[in-house]
Amino acid sequence: MAYPSQLGFQDASSPIMEELLYFHDHALMIVFLISSLVLYVILAMLSTKLMHTNTMDAQVIETIWTILPAVILVLIALPSLRILYMMDEINNPTITVKTLGHQWYWSYEYTDYEDLMFDSYMIPSEELKPGDLRLLEVDNRVVLPMELTIRMLISSEDVLHSWAMPSLGLKTDAIPGRLNQATLSSTRPGLFYGQCSEICGSNHSFMPIILEMVPLKIFESWSSSMV
Amino acid sequence: MAEDIKTKIKNYRTAPFDSGFPNQNQTRNCWQNNLDFHRWEKAMDANGGDVSVCPWYQRVYKSLCPVSWVSAWDDRRAEGTFPGKI
Repeated sequence: MAYPSQLGFQDASSPIMEELLYFHDHALMIVFLISSLVLYVILAMLSTKLMHTNTMDAQVIETIWTILPAVILVLIALPSLRILYMMDEINNPTITVKTLGHQWYWSYEYTDYEDLMFDSYMIPSEELKPGDLRLLEVDNRVVLPMELTIRMLISSEDVLHSWAMPSLGLKTDAIPGRLNQATLSSTRPGLFYGQCSEICGSNHSFMPIILEMVPLKIFESWSSSMV
Repeated sequence: MAEDIKTKIKNYRTAPFDSGFPNQNQTRNCWQNNLDFHRWEKAMDANGGDVSVCPWYQRVYKSLCPVSWVSAWDDRRAEGTFPGKI
């Protein structure tokens, strides 16, 4: 989950997010190399009294600084497309969970077998217990089995919302009248926090999401207790 | 115990990947299965068949469609204002 003075992404808890972290490191390294080269050249040019006032052409360097950026862009594009296609791989999910955005809470439906439905409201700051996280705790968490592929279907009952889970690399818009599919899979158990990511009115900042990833047995006993 | 879990996972069933709806927008998938179920149900009733025999469409639309959409469609069918042809 997020922590104070955080600079980078949250730790990855899904295979796709791990790939995205590596890609980000790769792209950011290229950005830093280019920026430091440009900064060096600027400083070098500003700190010399030497001048060359009759330059007519510079064929070699012009060729280099045309071809090299194209090569760099290809080196960025290839891993990016690899991850894009990886996100679209066909997988057969084990369960389907629907989440509907409302003003200003999420509701969840697990209807593969029985009809299990519940709302998930944020716990107001006045009612937090010691150790709870401000603006992030909810009354009913989304309990799911870990290490299984889960199909999330996301929609909205009123205005645009967005269901985001940074540690799993997920963010999918909740659009009224449309059912958006996202594939969720967590590599480990635990609590994963997210927040609504599309402005939806006065309490947009106060409708968080908590995923509680547990072993399959515990998920089964939880779902039978909730029906 | 591990064997139990493995067989359990194999026995879990939800709507499988449908190649007719391969993309992110699954609205049509839900709509189509709901429509197909009611068409099939109407045909079975007309021919005097047993309506509980093949629950495929029903299980798929129950897995995929938000409950509020299903009840809204059921109400419209009862009223006669349902937009699909059944």
